[in-house]
Amino acid sequence: MDTRRGALAVPKVRRVGFFTSIEPPPESSQRPNRSQSGPVEATTSSSPLSNSPSGNLISPVLIPPSRHHSDNLTTRVAAAAPVPVPGPAAFRRYLAQDRSLLHVGSYNPPDSLLGTSTPSSNGEFSEDSASLFGFQRSDSTKLSASFPNGGFDLTLAVRAPQESETKIATASASEGKKKIAKVSGKSESVTTKPQKEKEQKALKDKTTKAERRAIQEAQRAAKAAAKGEGSRRADESGRANPGKATKKPQPKKERLPVTSSVSEKTAVAVEKEKRMDVPQTLMQYDDRSRVDKAKRRAVVEQTESKNKVELFLHLPQYERGNQLPNLSSNFFTLDSIHHAVYKVGLQHLAGDISGDNARCIAMLQAFQEAIEDYITPPMKDLTMDLTTKINGYVSFLIECRPLSMSMGNAIRFLKNQIRKLPVNLSESEAKISLCSDIGRFIDEKIILADKAIVQHAVTKIRDGEVLLTYGFSCVVEMILLYAHEIGKKFRVVIVDSRPNLEGQKLLRRLVTRGLDCTYTHINAISYIMREATRVFLGASSIFSNGTLYARVGTACIAMVANAFSVPVIVCCEAYKFHERVLLDSICSNELGDPDAVANIPSFRTNAKHSKTINNNKNLQFLNLMYDSTPSEYISMIVSDYGMIPPTSIPVIVREYRREHLLL
Amino acid sequence: MDFQVVILAGGFSSNLVPLVSKEVPKALLPVANRPVLSYVLDLLESNNLKDLIVVVEGEDAALKVGGWISSACVDRLHVEVAAVAENVGTAGALRAIAHHLTAKDILIVSGDIVSDIPPGAVAATHRRHDAAVTVMLCAQPVSGPSESGGSGGKDKTKKPACDDIIGLDSLKQFLLYIAKGAEIKKDTRVKKSILCAAGKIEIRSDLMDSHIYAFKRSVLQEVLDQKPAFRSLKEDVLPYLVRTQLRSEIFSDQNNVEENGNGNGKNNMQNNEVVLSQILSNASLPSFHQVYESGLDSRKTNKCCVYIADESKFFVRLNSIQAFMDVNRDVIGDANHLSGYSFSAHHNIVHPSAELGSKTTVGPHCMLGEGSQVGDKCSVKRSVIGRHCRIGSNVKIVNSVVMDHATIGDGCSIQGSVICSNAQLQERVTLRDCQVEAGYVVCAGSEQKGETFARK
Repeated sequence: MDTRRGALAVPKVRRVGFFTSIEPPPESSQRPNRSQSGPVEATTSSSPLSNSPSGNLISPVLIPPSRHHSDNLTTRVAAAAPVPVPGPAAFRRYLAQDRSLLHVGSYNPPDSLLGTSTPSSNGEFSEDSASLFGFQRSDSTKLSASFPNGGFDLTLAVRAPQESETKIATASASEGKKKIAKVSGKSESVTTKPQKEKEQKALKDKTTKAERRAIQEAQRAAKAAAKGEGSRRADESGRANPGKATKKPQPKKERLPVTSSVSEKTAVAVEKEKRMDVPQTLMQYDDRSRVDKAKRRAVVEQTESKNKVELFLHLPQYERGNQLPNLSSNFFTLDSIHHAVYKVGLQHLAGDISGDNARCIAMLQAFQEAIEDYITPPMKDLTMDLTTKINGYVSFLIECRPLSMSMGNAIRFLKNQIRKLPVNLSESEAKISLCSDIGRFIDEKIILADKAIVQHAVTKIRDGEVLLTYGFSCVVEMILLYAHEIGKKFRVVIVDSRPNLEGQKLLRRLVTRGLDCTYTHINAISYIMREATRVFLGASSIFSNGTLYARVGTACIAMVANAFSVPVIVCCEAYKFHERVLLDSICSNELGDPDAVANIPSFRTNAKHSKTINNNKNLQFLNLMYDSTPSEYISMIVSDYGMIPPTSIPVIVREYRREHLLL
Repeated sequence: MDFQVVILAGGFSSNLVPLVSKEVPKALLPVANRPVLSYVLDLLESNNLKDLIVVVEGEDAALKVGGWISSACVDRLHVEVAAVAENVGTAGALRAIAHHLTAKDILIVSGDIVSDIPPGAVAATHRRHDAAVTVMLCAQPVSGPSESGGSGGKDKTKKPACDDIIGLDSLKQFLLYIAKGAEIKKDTRVKKSILCAAGKIEIRSDLMDSHIYAFKRSVLQEVLDQKPAFRSLKEDVLPYLVRTQLRSEIFSDQNNVEENGNGNGKNNMQNNEVVLSQILSNASLPSFHQVYESGLDSRKTNKCCVYIADESKFFVRLNSIQAFMDVNRDVIGDANHLSGYSFSAHHNIVHPSAELGSKTTVGPHCMLGEGSQVGDKCSVKRSVIGRHCRIGSNVKIVNSVVMDHATIGDGCSIQGSVICSNAQLQERVTLRDCQVEAGYVVCAGSEQKGETFARK
């Protein structure tokens, strides 16, 4: 659900804003005042009900004024808090299980995807928010989505208090526990209005008839426990509320058939999945305590590099030299790691495998092997135990080399598959099903996707063109080879960069196949770009704001191409899309071996130079692996879903993510 | 990790002739009063390798070794001792126990090494490259006594010149050529195809084959089956594999099987697998094998990898008398972390039950075994003395190894010699660079240099 809500953000927020700003302006203009005065008298809380159909009734359940004071206090406090903590999964699930309509208005913050931490507990809050900020998928999406149309914030802001009031009204019919939750929910509502807005809409959409009935029942039960007649009215008012709530989103429902058709049960299930599906929060390596904690668990012995570049302290920086020997000498002592996974880890560490697709495939195949060899220990559940196993493998792989986004997606897929295994499946059946799932993922998401991309992209190659490509991307290579095969006449310019010089691999293979190639280094890009008529780029990941995350240097190519008005076509499989939003290449990146940068053959031989390089405290080497290209420099993205503009990434992520998860 | 470990403990090595005997096979030669095999077992155990196969040449020796193993480490390790016929060579020994080998990869360790190089490193390299064979190379040890060894005169027991000549690729990952130094004196041949494929070949003589190999079981068994004439792993099998690494017709079918194994269980198209393997191979840095392969599609290659041990690691093979002396000296000297003993403040080990006479000095880097008696005014320097030895007065022992139950009379002077167990030196014997066989009695007053005392 999160993703859906998150993904909704960009395209639909406009309509929503428009909607609400027209419909309820008189009400909303009144309400904020009242809610502000809320703390003064207890009855104010129920006063908004007067606007609802059953409005004239006085709220039968008295809410102690003190609570309201505190409510509003927290509101203010939270409003002051700079970091909104959104992400409603956990708590809303609880509510949904409660089958109460109350959650109509109750958007609550504690259900940040990371789950357990409540926003009020400040100790944890700081830590979580740090990790949340950059890395939560849906939340950040939402945030970003709300940035561009700031104009709506006003209307939304006006609307927000109204919602919180509705909540209070409904809350009065329920137990204190829920109220507390809502208190925090309300506080959140002020800070993150735009999100809340969306949140609520989605929730309203979901209140189907069945749900309403269920809630009614729950309320009836509450009534029995509560005092007589008054509670009946509360019930009525409670019923009135959903009526009001569902009325408004009704027109939206037609536009969102997917949303409305989801039954509550699957909603809960998906919620659960989402919650467990916490994205791997990247560790901030400048956070001492967490690094120490991680170190204690670490399998790979790592010595931190001495010469750290300050701007990139949050990224893992280790001395390269002794990682591999250390790890390999422990070959036999690491029993917990399956040997196939171990091998992949070694290959990642040694750089034997590079390229996102290959790394991902290698990892998945290793997992396949590991699952085949897996035996559930007695007295343990396959789902739980295998998940922890996989988690162990994943953290091992991360120690060897930070995972790419696509690998993260693949791992998420695998964990979902494990979680969704039917309980009654025998162990061997479960293993077979998982292995075939992984195989299917490789086939469908990578190989067939590549084929689809090739088919699409080839249509963009015309005779006589000069295609420029950067570095090495296996899908670009396939495109070029296929285009050559079907007889297109074109020339290829391969731009390469130190220290990896991956382009040479591509060059070698293209030349053996008889393609006409030009090879140059990135320094010459502005000269060579004159010749190019089209630029084909590979990708490591594409984020939902359209930012391309790829081998360092890509941004430079794209920008130069843009300056020369050469179309830039990015080829990227859809499994590499990521919900996150990336604005720069600093907060999320990977550091390569710094020595590789300094290792210039002619330099090394010169003793004088090497001396200045090696023993210079004022000189620090930085070998960034990736950079981010803003979406405006990308003309088109070729993915397995077709040729799309970068602005359509969030749509793909939203519309196909679910299918991706439930694959 | 799906590795099986085979220890080739040998039998009665002819190189070590006066030291080994019917009672003491090579594997049980004492190094700092512990059988040399125990060093290998400790090394493996510290790497969590507890299922071992020890192959011993000859039934008698196997009984001896088996007896020692069962007494020493039955509780910690699961060791199978297999006896093979004598003089079948290492390849023959493996052929004989081939039916025991089931794991995907086999780690073969010589039983006579004293080292602290983790064998896991070899295994990891092997796995990482998916190699057919991985060889551990280490720096050539400094032969002969160290400069502190003093009086020299080691000419007789000098190490035979069997330096390996090793050819590596430019990244020092693959083994392109291997030969024994002795053979190469006349002329040598390097495969043109290998040279072309690799582009560059680096010939080195400062490295030594350490006799720790990781083999892919299928490849090893294939070679052993197809080439019944091969006797030695190092001299026949390894060079053969290295020579044929680019055109290994015998492995082609088997490689295909493996490739198909990756993809089955799924109903995907064959086509997909091709793409898949292509993506994978394209992504990795093309080693020259792959470059070669891509040129000639039909041929399959098997990689011969090397792991070059760090220079700081200790490695000695006990394959000659000189090496035996060196090992004994190093284990209680420079590489004393291997011995497993705790050294006293004087850098020596004197067992509490040993008895020292008055004015007797035991210098640093010495070891005095349990229950040994040393008379008055003796001097022991850089020597290992076994258990229950009886040493008279006025004896000088320098740079020597005295095994258990030896008796040394008064006034003896022993330098750079090995006195085997139960040997007896009568009064005023002066030995320099000599070896005394077990149970041999050296007459009083004899003065010898560079002799080997053995019963004919």
